[in-house]
Amino acid sequence: MTKVIEERERVVVRFAGDSGDGMQLAGSRFTDATAIVGNDLATLPNFPAEIRAPAGTLAGVSAFQIHFASRDILTPGDAPNVLVAMNPAALKANLAEIERGATIIVNEDAFSKRNLEKAGYEANPLADESLEGYRVHRIPMTTLTTRAVEEIEDASTRDAGRAKNFFALGVLSWLYGRPTDVTQRWIEKKFARNPAMLQANLAAFNAGWSFGETTELLDVQYRVKPATDVAPGIYRNVNGTTALALGLIAASVRSRLPLLLASYPITPASELLHELSRHASFGVSTIQAEDEIAAAGMALGAAFGGRLGITATSGPGMDLKAETIGLAVALELPMIVVDVQRAGPSTGMPTKTEQSDLLMALYGRHGESPLPVLAPSTPAGCFDVAFEAVQIALRYRTPVIILSDTFLASSSEPWMVPTAADLPEIDPAFATATGEPFMPYSRDERLARPWAVPGTPGLQHRIGGLEKADVTGNISYDGANHERMTELRAAKVAGIARDVPPLEVDADEGAKLLVLGWGSSEGAVRAGARRARLAGHKVACAHLRHLNPLPANIGEVLCSFERVVVPEMNTGQLAQVLRARFLIDVESFCKVRGQPLQAAEIEREIEARQ
Amino acid sequence: MSAVTRNGHGNDGAPEKLTKADFQSDQETRWCPGCGDYAVLAAVQQFMPELGIPPERIVFITGIGCAGRFAYYMDTYGMHGIHGRAPALATGLAASREDLSIWVITGDGDSLSIGGNHLIHALRRNVPIKILLFNNQIYGLTKGQASPTSELGKITKSTPFGVSDQPFNPVALALGAEATFVARTIDIDKRHLTDVLRAAAQHEGAALVEIYQNCPVFNDGAFAALTEKEGKDVNQIRLEDGQPIRFGSDNERGVARAADGGLAIVNVADVGEDALLVHDSGRTDPSLAFSLARLAEDPTEPTPIGIFRAVQRPVYTRSSRVPPEPASEAELAELLVSGDTWTVT
Repeated sequence: MTKVIEERERVVVRFAGDSGDGMQLAGSRFTDATAIVGNDLATLPNFPAEIRAPAGTLAGVSAFQIHFASRDILTPGDAPNVLVAMNPAALKANLAEIERGATIIVNEDAFSKRNLEKAGYEANPLADESLEGYRVHRIPMTTLTTRAVEEIEDASTRDAGRAKNFFALGVLSWLYGRPTDVTQRWIEKKFARNPAMLQANLAAFNAGWSFGETTELLDVQYRVKPATDVAPGIYRNVNGTTALALGLIAASVRSRLPLLLASYPITPASELLHELSRHASFGVSTIQAEDEIAAAGMALGAAFGGRLGITATSGPGMDLKAETIGLAVALELPMIVVDVQRAGPSTGMPTKTEQSDLLMALYGRHGESPLPVLAPSTPAGCFDVAFEAVQIALRYRTPVIILSDTFLASSSEPWMVPTAADLPEIDPAFATATGEPFMPYSRDERLARPWAVPGTPGLQHRIGGLEKADVTGNISYDGANHERMTELRAAKVAGIARDVPPLEVDADEGAKLLVLGWGSSEGAVRAGARRARLAGHKVACAHLRHLNPLPANIGEVLCSFERVVVPEMNTGQLAQVLRARFLIDVESFCKVRGQPLQAAEIEREIEARQ
Repeated sequence: MSAVTRNGHGNDGAPEKLTKADFQSDQETRWCPGCGDYAVLAAVQQFMPELGIPPERIVFITGIGCAGRFAYYMDTYGMHGIHGRAPALATGLAASREDLSIWVITGDGDSLSIGGNHLIHALRRNVPIKILLFNNQIYGLTKGQASPTSELGKITKSTPFGVSDQPFNPVALALGAEATFVARTIDIDKRHLTDVLRAAAQHEGAALVEIYQNCPVFNDGAFAALTEKEGKDVNQIRLEDGQPIRFGSDNERGVARAADGGLAIVNVADVGEDALLVHDSGRTDPSLAFSLARLAEDPTEPTPIGIFRAVQRPVYTRSSRVPPEPASEAELAELLVSGDTWTVT
């Protein structure tokens, strides 16, 4: 039959199924093929905290969303245009977010009485009117996959059952004209050691593609042209974890400091430990510490030894590291602490995103212990923030906290790969003996103290958590000295503002409302503003990547708008900081649902304030 | 050990020999008069030149407590850390700097209470650090609370009705934590202490040295049975490799295997010298060392001192997969474009 080909500017697809259905895999393969086509894209995985929740239940639903377009896009998309539901639970868990008119592709075979019951359906939604208004395609994926795999020698029924995600991927690949060779090559490489699985998955994928091409169920094929408003360069698809790891490695290479990451397994920060562990050949040492406290201690111990000491954690792990971070503030040694924020308090929702550690990062230590805090705003942007964090840590001899979050860590987008040679060199500027008595707490023009590492002749000295006398670094309980040291530490961190670029504002002429975001919400804020503008509204938006110190011009920016709204995935933490500091009536838009902010929400907030 | 020279040279151009004074910092020591820490500090400073390592390649890392001040008094590199975390700080340093001689100074509260986890993991990893555990069986710096080594029934400020928590035996704990070198010595026995330090320094992995250290203010005389003239010979069981374990003013007592498979204190006259246990710290199986560690309930009765265990096991260092220097710019460039890439022109 002849198929109609329709052009689309942008599409949002969500793959949803049971945790064991391989939806993350199907989604990431679709993403790679999409990246190769040259579409701009953004992805968002969403999976349960349980490794395998009971099969078929709502708790076990795992989903992967991809937004791709022929123009620059900013978020993984709000409502999907296409939902692939591999079982009733996946349909039920996602339906509320699917707008009427959208396409739903279901694995019909999975809609058995038992599965319907597990999902809490009293009647089969495919058989009644509950899906009216959607374009529903019922495909017996299990049957078709089994049939495709039947012929393959050594492939068991189990292999066939496990290959149905590739069938779904095949269908979607046909529907959106994704290249097949990228996926086929991947399957061949991935399953090289298991020929039966390799053949089964290939057969399932090809069967899915052919099904799309031949079935009368699907009468339209869509085309999304390559994005054209993209700067020339070499691109790859990265998530925030990979970008952060690469940024840290790049900083190690450019500073010539071997990198040591000490970490304790915790979701979702473990991914960074895994990622960096793979790069031993780059001079990267990783230690799986006995606990979060030890991990911070090991990073600081390495820093004392003149290395790039890094620790990474999430959620409760940050609480445990606070004491060591405080020591690093007192020692004035460079150290990087990565906090991949997740929903709290306590264990909270380990796989869900939040921005609720901001106040903790800024103030969550006893005593006056200021330190720089940076927050990447896009997955690819994690590279730049990691690199900059190391620059600041080394230049100012201070621990730096990087506030990433679950969304950034697992979401992916195309990244224009920087040229290694263009990355600036970072001079660790170790102290060397001058013949004069060594003063470990003397300071340079930036108020940074000398970094004298063991092994340097003539600079033997002792540092520690007890208050130090200014300049000499001897123990001091003198009140006036303590006040001076408190001021010096604060002034040093505040002075980093000199290196922080001014806050850029993207404002319409005559805009009275400023939307000021921070961290991972940048895509949603910019996309929301873009939509509001299309609707004829005037708005300004700006985004903070430096939470401490804030850009020097922020006060001026805040004062130049009648209204300021700060969207955050917490209960208003940045808003509270800005209100306290600038005495401005900042408004909050807060969301703590474990999901990233959406462009539509931002658009609504802008509209409500016109 | 090798000849010891200062990094620089004397006026005559000849290498200058390091002395105790080279390891004394200019900071005023501030322990209580009569504190056992003074004796240990003096012994360590005296011993340091023997290491054959210049002071700039020696690091002392300490925790919190009276022992924590130790770092300030050594003219080496030093870090006074946080409570219980010195082994973690030292592990990070040791894992990235194989060229350093790293010493951890800790106390019974610091390493066995708040820092217990770091201690056992540093030992089982066999991190090349030398841990000197000053055990005075009391919290001194916080003014006299019970510690995890305080004996049962001890009346302290925090235990007015007596300690009811079973104390740790640090040597037994270290053996249980897979330590490769475990020794016990006494603060004021300079010679024994120095011998043990020497052996610990020569050991290739983690070394745990428990030092019975008198706190004259809050727990005076805790080890008197082992240190006072009259009790010393009766109560010190000195472990010496290759020697039958004997003690007593006339060496009339000894340690032998008991009928139940454990160890017992015996009269040599009763069992004969051949029945005595011959000490071997290099035994792979730590069971006998463990039994020896538990020979005395607490140090008020015959108590073994010396090296309980000294065995070889792979040392925790930078992985052989990790080169000492970061990769080159060219390798970085290659890494950045790894994976599937595409070019926009």
